[in-house]
Amino acid sequence: MTRALVGVKRVIDYAVKIRVKSDKTGVVTDGVKHSMNPFDEIAIEEAVRMKEKKLVEEVIAVSCGPPPCQDVIRTALAMGADKGIHVEISGSEYETLQPVHVSKILAKLAQDEKADLIIVGKQAIDDDSNQTAQMIGGILDWPTGTFCSKIEKNDSELTVTREVDGGLEVIKMKMPAVLSADLRLNEPRYATLPNIMKAKKKPIKKLTAKDLGIDTSARIEILSVEEPPVRQAGAIVPDVDTLIAKLKESGHV
Amino acid sequence: MFATCFRTFRTGNKYGLLARYESTLVIAEHNNESLAPITCNTLSAAKKIGGDITVLVAGTKCDAVAQSVSKANGVSKVLVAENDAFKGFLPEALTPLILATQNEHKFTHILTGATAFGKALLPRVAAKLDVSPISDIIGIKAADTFIRTIYAGNAIQTLKCKDNIKIVSVRGTAFEAIPLEGGSAKCEPALTGDYKSQLAEFIKQELSKSDRPELTSAKIVVSGGRGMKSGDNFKLLYSLADKLNAAVGASRAAVDAGYVPNDLQVGQTGKIVAPNLYIAVGISGAIQHLAGMKDSKTIVAINKDPEAPIFQVADYGLVADLFKAVPELTEKL
Repeated sequence: MTRALVGVKRVIDYAVKIRVKSDKTGVVTDGVKHSMNPFDEIAIEEAVRMKEKKLVEEVIAVSCGPPPCQDVIRTALAMGADKGIHVEISGSEYETLQPVHVSKILAKLAQDEKADLIIVGKQAIDDDSNQTAQMIGGILDWPTGTFCSKIEKNDSELTVTREVDGGLEVIKMKMPAVLSADLRLNEPRYATLPNIMKAKKKPIKKLTAKDLGIDTSARIEILSVEEPPVRQAGAIVPDVDTLIAKLKESGHV
Repeated sequence: MFATCFRTFRTGNKYGLLARYESTLVIAEHNNESLAPITCNTLSAAKKIGGDITVLVAGTKCDAVAQSVSKANGVSKVLVAENDAFKGFLPEALTPLILATQNEHKFTHILTGATAFGKALLPRVAAKLDVSPISDIIGIKAADTFIRTIYAGNAIQTLKCKDNIKIVSVRGTAFEAIPLEGGSAKCEPALTGDYKSQLAEFIKQELSKSDRPELTSAKIVVSGGRGMKSGDNFKLLYSLADKLNAAVGASRAAVDAGYVPNDLQVGQTGKIVAPNLYIAVGISGAIQHLAGMKDSKTIVAINKDPEAPIFQVADYGLVADLFKAVPELTEKL
């Protein structure tokens, strides 16, 4: 039977307009609303749906980061994950935590937990790296279906439809495998209050990277984080004719 | 103990070489017929790094592509790996080839364009080399210092890479494409090997066909959002686009509602475009959409809601019903 490991990241909520710190070291995160990375909600939803179809036996939600990450693990548990693992990484170590580290942690956990399917979101909306699934696949030598919009499982084979630049493509792969969820894979459910209450009783195991033997030393040095250039304020034009005149003036048409 | 000493010695030695010159491997993206335009943008990023540039062309049919990329100015060598194993360009098959090539030539940098192809492939290679890859760079400050956006383009991060090998994907719109002329690189066969993946198999592709220019490299893009109300209404935009020789894009709302296929999505998680002219029709301008188009030279917004955030980035805004304004615009152009 299949055991699915799902990576969930706590990020600044997608609707928040972020602010860059005045000392250019990063963005302001204190007192800012955080939630589960939207792509990870889709990953959890998919794993839970597979469990509901009896294709998966157990769903394990994992998050790496500071203590508040437990909130996103609880959310995953309320959505239907069976148990959680929190790999605590805090402070400066967390600031330079990269997919290279997270993928090693998830790969190790997949082995320890005897998982044979790993699902993560295709990218986190904070660092926008889009690397973790691919790197886990590399570390474990498992096939990786990135940017999945459809996942079908038959015995130990997966058929995935991927969102690629020109359209869609279909890949068949052997389990164990790693998948990354694209937006159109599914519509994540809302956790209901009874399920949120039930999730409080589900276990969350706490670990550190050290427990797993993973070195999280920095691979990058962040030199600065700055505001992007601000666009010049534009003008509202009264009608289509003026718009065309303006576009002609600036040589666009 | 011995292993540690050995590693330190080797790293030290390698670093000594690095300090003298850079050498970059660019993985060409293509469809077995022609080179993907983003490879030319990636080559220009490689030129900025300095040093030798080698291009790897792998696929089931490579001749034409290898010939065309060998003409790019600044390319010193083209390695050609033609093999049925590369059907569908699966990362599981390409990674061992790239590792073998890296082992042989010891490149300091490995680059691809930040497309679905590059994004799927490079991090796997990086994991095998135990390197932290750098995604979607928009600038190069030094051979080890790169600029990229985070938080949907709302912050710009400059970072220094501490790894020995720099594995980087390049945002096409941030670098000029170098022309495929003026060069005459030698084409050589890449290392042969058994690259067929036992893990994954390419089944099929369903590509959307269009006579319009390709979205990421079009000079003009006309995009529609939720305000279009239906897939049929996109015809209004197709007519306008045809008049302007523009590509057509869409917001996530329009894709999710099924008005258009997903490969038209412009935004943080879709395509990043930076055309000369971007016309946003019935698009409110959510953070995630702006991430994909706010580097356009001129932005025009047509929306009936004067409070729509898109007007804050638009050079020219027209507060009007798109179902009247767009046909009028098409007719008068």
